[in-house]
Amino acid sequence: MAKVHLWASLRRFADGQEVVEVEAATVGQMLDALERAHPGLGPAIKAGLSVAVDGEVIANNRAAPVKPESEVFLLQRLKGG
Amino acid sequence: MARDDVKTGYKYVGTRPNRPDGLDKVTGRARYGADFSLPGMLWAAVVRSPHAHARIVKIDASKALALEGVKAVVTRADLPTGLTGEDLNLQDNTLAGEKALYDGHAVAAVAATSQLLAQDAARLIEVTYEVLPHVTDVDAAMAPGAPVIRPGVADYSVPEGMHGNVARYMEFGHGDVEAGFAAADLVREHTYKTEATHQGYIEPHAAVGQLGEDGRGEMWVCTQGHWYIRRMSAAVLGIEAANLRVTPSEIGGGFGGKTTIFMEPLTLALSKKAGGRPVKLVMSRSEVLRATGPTASASMDVKIGMKKDGTITAGQVFFRMQGGAFPGMSPIGEALPCAFACYDIPALKHEAVEVIANRPKAAAYRAPGSPMAAFAVESMVDELCRELGLDPIEVRLKNGAKNGSKSSYGPVYNVIGLQETLEAAKAHPNYAIPLGPNQGRGVASGFWFNHGGETSVSLAVGEDGTATVMIGTPDIGGSRASIGLMVAETLGIPYEDVRVNVVETGALGVNEPTHGSRATFASGKAAVEAANQAIKEMCKRAAAEWEIDAEAVEWKDGAAHPAGPNAGKFPPMTIGEIGSKMGGSGGPISGHHEVTAGGYGASFGTHVVDVEVDPETGRTTVLRYLVVQDAGTAIHPAYVEGQYQGGAAQGIGWALNEEYVYGPDGRLQNPVFLDYRIPVASDLPMIDTVIVEVPNPGHPYGVRGVGETGITPPLPAIASAIAGATGARIRSLPCSPPKVLAAIKALKG
Repeated sequence: MAKVHLWASLRRFADGQEVVEVEAATVGQMLDALERAHPGLGPAIKAGLSVAVDGEVIANNRAAPVKPESEVFLLQRLKGG
Repeated sequence: MARDDVKTGYKYVGTRPNRPDGLDKVTGRARYGADFSLPGMLWAAVVRSPHAHARIVKIDASKALALEGVKAVVTRADLPTGLTGEDLNLQDNTLAGEKALYDGHAVAAVAATSQLLAQDAARLIEVTYEVLPHVTDVDAAMAPGAPVIRPGVADYSVPEGMHGNVARYMEFGHGDVEAGFAAADLVREHTYKTEATHQGYIEPHAAVGQLGEDGRGEMWVCTQGHWYIRRMSAAVLGIEAANLRVTPSEIGGGFGGKTTIFMEPLTLALSKKAGGRPVKLVMSRSEVLRATGPTASASMDVKIGMKKDGTITAGQVFFRMQGGAFPGMSPIGEALPCAFACYDIPALKHEAVEVIANRPKAAAYRAPGSPMAAFAVESMVDELCRELGLDPIEVRLKNGAKNGSKSSYGPVYNVIGLQETLEAAKAHPNYAIPLGPNQGRGVASGFWFNHGGETSVSLAVGEDGTATVMIGTPDIGGSRASIGLMVAETLGIPYEDVRVNVVETGALGVNEPTHGSRATFASGKAAVEAANQAIKEMCKRAAAEWEIDAEAVEWKDGAAHPAGPNAGKFPPMTIGEIGSKMGGSGGPISGHHEVTAGGYGASFGTHVVDVEVDPETGRTTVLRYLVVQDAGTAIHPAYVEGQYQGGAAQGIGWALNEEYVYGPDGRLQNPVFLDYRIPVASDLPMIDTVIVEVPNPGHPYGVRGVGETGITPPLPAIASAIAGATGARIRSLPCSPPKVLAAIKALKG
């Protein structure tokens, strides 16, 4: 299962967990699984997130693949100039 | 066309052909936003609030409407209701609702038969205000007793008990920071502040809009992203986005400030009310400064621990940033991960709050958040280096992020080039030049993520063997040239045979703006794929003529060739031959590619600056300036150098002169370039550049973005150089002459 790392101020919406394990083949499935497991994360996910999968930052592609051994970090949605 | 580096094996990538827009721009043939006109066109002017915070009691436009030639007035009452989230924020900023939220906030707009008449009519629109308490400073906005300017603005992230002006909160980190500080030989803690600055693009916002009663419309506009303009304008006006065609003009700078809407929907709203006549609106410089997105102002606490050998043991930051009266606009989400991105430190803690204040709605500005974060962290690293007598480049080499390092914000870095930039800076002759009296040297590194994003590109093969590429990312920094070079390399045809056009919203699928340093990366990546698709089709046409399998044909040097001796003996069929016969061989040949581009690679840079400070006046002169940055691959090195120099120039302005100055009345005191002092050519030396190339494996030619990182290191590098020259550390930008002089005097007691 992919390991999803939550930033510290999100952990209170996920029973204090720093890392949540989810079964998902894509970024979209991973976000949906997170919200199902921890509905308190819903507002953060709906507000828009960037996601780093195995070191690659993915801004908004729900179709991007996630592997069972992937390390995933949630980031606030990044904007550029 | 001379190649800088033959090691790559590329024929066109890495060369410096003349820029395709150069002649148009120096002869005046290039058409910018304000150059566009239509028959029967009206002109618009905007009524703006003179108050930082006020309830709008009444708007009386009767005198304006009575003027001959005045055709329409719009207020918030003309816009649809029921919007939510960011759409509501955009609408609130386009025209104020119940309250004006900052000095310069648009309250009404008028269209008339001439620009002067529109301006006269705007002065006749009477607005009755009830002035409310205001706050413009980021720290003051969080202080007990500060007026809560938009109750209920906090989102899910804000813990209970924070001030009512706090809209967002964020925290992350790793390791045990307290143990890290305990292990350090020296721990220092200070607060650093940066003022809001404006992107300072030379071309003010300009648009011509036309909207009929049937809800169908068009807009010609100066923008970084016309699909964003279309979506946002349609949302604000309650029309179907598909019914709006948006064509971008040539663009005179954007730097992030033209990725959103400010006044553009007003042209459409006025047009509709004026019976569908086109309406033109061109902002004055004062309007640009008062009412379009500057960057955020910031107040930042930093604590760092270092051992005597330069090892950084722990770091901690707490950032407070305000991005105007609208939530979600301050770049805390970018500033925090950028803060320690250049380092590999075992224990870090990051916290930030976004605060709203009575200022204009901030917009992105070149690496949003990163320059402020760098000012705080890199200044502090420099302070520790000076106190411990350590070389600032050696300390960064010792602690700097490498391939495989865990980044400060979590993910592991794959292939990055920070160490290479540090080594190149250390080896550069500038770093060895002896300094004279009142002179100092500053060093700082910087980081930006870069971006890929939604991208759609098409390519058509011409009957004469040329290729025309249609892209949707306006060319701000040379992307037509760089994309042309990559397509020429891929097709194997001369660069001069490739035309790259930025096309309107009706011609391609959705494109994100030119932002996040993505145009050469993402549109370039898609253009290469489109070219490969066209190559496949051209090989197929050649195969059909030769009556062999398409798989037995290969493409090289601009022509189809039999792939080997078994494929048959045929002379190469050039793109010109295939193009000239394509009507009879199956029809036009084209390629297209649509993608949300991934695989972008971060760009790191290191700057070295020498300054001299006049001890009598506090004036700082930049003696020499060096930018070293990893480009991945420099497709067109002259444009890359231009991006490095431009970023440095803007950062130097932010460090030395630029700032938004608000009076006690909450009004902007310096909304003209005479008082808002951006650097001009005579203020700066030639900025030296070194292009480091650590190719990005996520791009067919190794491209990283290069547009943004360069603005990040100048803020701390300049402040550190001034500290070296004077002994006085400026922790609040800008390092203006009065501030530097006061610091020198304070040092002398």
